[in-house]
Amino acid sequence: MKTETLKTLMGYIAGLVFGLGLAVSGMTDPARVLGFLDLFGAWDPTLMFVLGGAVVTNFIGYRLVLRRPHPVFGERFQLPTRTDLDGRLIGGAALFGIGWGLSGYCPGPAFASIGGLTLPLLAMLVAMVVGWFLARAIPARG
Amino acid sequence: MDWSSSLQGLAGGILIGLSATWLMATLGRIAGISGIIGNLITARPRGDSAWRLAFLLGLISGPVALMLLGGGLGNVAGSGVDVTGEVIGQPAGGVPLMLLAGLLVGLGTGLGSGCTSGHGVCGLSRLSVRSLVATITFLVAAIVTVFVVRHMIGGGA
Repeated sequence: MKTETLKTLMGYIAGLVFGLGLAVSGMTDPARVLGFLDLFGAWDPTLMFVLGGAVVTNFIGYRLVLRRPHPVFGERFQLPTRTDLDGRLIGGAALFGIGWGLSGYCPGPAFASIGGLTLPLLAMLVAMVVGWFLARAIPARG
Repeated sequence: MDWSSSLQGLAGGILIGLSATWLMATLGRIAGISGIIGNLITARPRGDSAWRLAFLLGLISGPVALMLLGGGLGNVAGSGVDVTGEVIGQPAGGVPLMLLAGLLVGLGTGLGSGCTSGHGVCGLSRLSVRSLVATITFLVAAIVTVFVVRHMIGGGA
């Protein structure tokens, strides 16, 4: 098989396992996510276990993988290099948090739920794409 | 506490962690959904679209595969009716609310260079300070938003 085909297949497998993980954990249900964010209601701890399980697993995984000189199908590991904290990062995260709290959807679960598409979800996805284009149009300062 | 839901959360979380490790091991990429799909749709000139599109198709087919398998492997929250095992839950609001939320999520993750997966799962695994600050910020903003909507405007609904 050609390398490009294999790279595409690797991407598909990563997406499939990610989507299975979101579904098994219940993150494809906005009620679960909002239940976690509602600290002052009937708190649902599920998301804490999802994030904890993912971070611990990937922390160990990255430590093993990043020892290698390069990825199997690439010349180098493409890791973020920035370390500064700026308004774009913090303001962006705050806007995202408000949208997440309103809907119970962050980008992964929103796209992973296309198999059960509803009109409100479609509206959310279209608006999200518009938001991505808008963010691109706002130039970074400095 | 609902231990079966917590265990499913843990199992799903481990799958998400394995997916992130897999993507780094094979393609050397961070498994950040807003970055992968956002760049697939908005990046000009287009480049390396194939794996991004494949990832998106995989992401969509994961829950669909679980639905086809049946056997109650999902973890949708029950709200009076028995929905245990359903895979994909219903949106929390109508079209106008979702348009607003979608715009904020898109704009916010675009400006902030990441979402729950990129900053939350991958960034925290790398012990990135930027990702830790972003994760705390969006968690606090989301918790405050839910508090305002449910307990101030909604009257505790």
